[in-house]
Amino acid sequence: MIEVRDLTKRFGPKVAVDHLSFVVQPGQVTGFLGPNGAGKSTTMRLILGLDRPNSGEATINGRHYAELADPLRTVGALLEAKSVHTGRSARNHLLFLAQTQGLPARRVDEMLDFVGLREVAKKRAGSYSLGMSQRLGVAAALLGDPQVLLLDEPVNGLDPEGVLWIRNLMKQLAGQGKTVLVSSHLMNEMAVTADHIIVIGRGQLLANASTAEVIARGSGRSVLVRTPDADKLTELITAAGGSVVPGHNGGPVDPDDKAPILTVTGVPAARIGELAASASLVLHELTPLLATLEDAFLELTSDHVEFGHRDAAEPVRASDGSVR
Amino acid sequence: MTVSGATADVSPSPAVAQHGPVAGFGHLLAAEWTKIRSVRSTFWTLIAFVIVTIGFTALISWVTEANWTGPHAAARDATALADPTAIIFGVAVYLGQLTLCVLGALVITSEYSTGVIRASLLAVPRRLPMLLAKVVVFAIVIGILAEIVAFGSFFVGSAILHSRVSVSLSDGGVLRATIGAGLYLTVFGLFAMGIGTLVRATAGAISIAIGVAFLLPILAGLLPDTSFWNHLVGYLPEQAGSLVYLVHITSSQRVLSAWEGFGVLCIWALLALGVGAYLLERRDA
Repeated sequence: MIEVRDLTKRFGPKVAVDHLSFVVQPGQVTGFLGPNGAGKSTTMRLILGLDRPNSGEATINGRHYAELADPLRTVGALLEAKSVHTGRSARNHLLFLAQTQGLPARRVDEMLDFVGLREVAKKRAGSYSLGMSQRLGVAAALLGDPQVLLLDEPVNGLDPEGVLWIRNLMKQLAGQGKTVLVSSHLMNEMAVTADHIIVIGRGQLLANASTAEVIARGSGRSVLVRTPDADKLTELITAAGGSVVPGHNGGPVDPDDKAPILTVTGVPAARIGELAASASLVLHELTPLLATLEDAFLELTSDHVEFGHRDAAEPVRASDGSVR
Repeated sequence: MTVSGATADVSPSPAVAQHGPVAGFGHLLAAEWTKIRSVRSTFWTLIAFVIVTIGFTALISWVTEANWTGPHAAARDATALADPTAIIFGVAVYLGQLTLCVLGALVITSEYSTGVIRASLLAVPRRLPMLLAKVVVFAIVIGILAEIVAFGSFFVGSAILHSRVSVSLSDGGVLRATIGAGLYLTVFGLFAMGIGTLVRATAGAISIAIGVAFLLPILAGLLPDTSFWNHLVGYLPEQAGSLVYLVHITSSQRVLSAWEGFGVLCIWALLALGVGAYLLERRDA
């Protein structure tokens, strides 16, 4: 379990983390979301004792990071910034880390096998591809079989295969009862990975709830519907307080389509199904759009974007993905 | 590369489960030894150190021997007769120390430039023991090598000078000067390491360390020969420390004995490492 209490970190006049408090529970993947510059990495560095907080504290299983004996046996971290000497081989990198924890060299070879780096283990880490570097980072994080994992933007720049690998790994680790905190600015990635989501903006807590709740909170929540009875269904939905726009994601609308796509907002998928059934309308498709986590996120962070153009904050933008 | 890991089970390893007591300082030393031996810069700077130091001993000794009583050789010949160790170690140590300045700075600044400092501090969040282990390993590695090089230089230099000047380890002060050459080089490397801890940037640290080792002595030579300046200059790291590898100092700038001078150099190194340690403890990594 990770506990962050009233944590504040200033860099000169800039407040990177502003009285932030949250708890990360074991047994689930917790997504740590926020726009670039929101303070995600700084928060993680504060939890890990790399940066010193101005006030507040962060504990892991009730203790400060620096108080942990053999910390890699308790906490594993994959930082976004490079943490490997480019001239050192993967094996020697893991070996020196293992030695600091009193772990046998055998464990290093186990981890090299686990992440599939055995064959290149003696090559200089500087020659590794991004995917290989990330695998080395994962090996380092899991070296001490820790109960708590912090992963900072782990899928950034990875190919689909690598993304899938990290995603499955995180779920697997959470399934073993470990505490997994993973930061990302990719909302869709979190929608399929995280059970719980913490959103911050400008160093402040914006949301701390289950993924489903965060999605539900977004007003731009939308449902994709495909039906041959578009006109009738549109009437029913409008009467129920929803709004309907032909097409999806601003794509072209084919007037000859027998079962055109509609994007519905303001009415949940279940209610649309009920409305259609009550009028005996045929639905070819009824898909709640998970991508609206992005909308929920943009809405939450609209006033907290550190380096964005301001129009990104307009409410219109919040439904831009699915409704126009 | 395969995705073998994607389906593999992340089961706890028996290697992790059967761990012994909490990792102590011995484990930190083992880790720092792995670090220092696993990068090429260590290897190349130490090769350069051996070649430069013994090479310049041989060169200067040979020049002295070959041009004995030659044109403009009177002053050098007099130095060689008064203190053969000045010929053997003077230029060699003066230049050899530059390679150890580079290595001393690099062992810590390369952690920052590559980012591995983050991994190091995650593994050992108690920063002072980590630095201490690094200092101990570095001191042992270059201490042993510097003594080997110092004695190697002495035997090479004395063999070349043999026909003109006879010098042996049993002569007064010569053994001290030879051991002192190795000690001086080691402690100067530690001084550079302290500067590296302070500055964190490779270029800056190497510039400062080499400036102190190489440029300050040259600038000091331009200062007026008064008691005030001699005392000030006499306590600078290179000027004070170099006394320990010379048998006779003729300069009026000498204000310390050999071991006092070495002590002053040690204080400089401790000061640099101490301030570096203080900042390491306080700063964000």
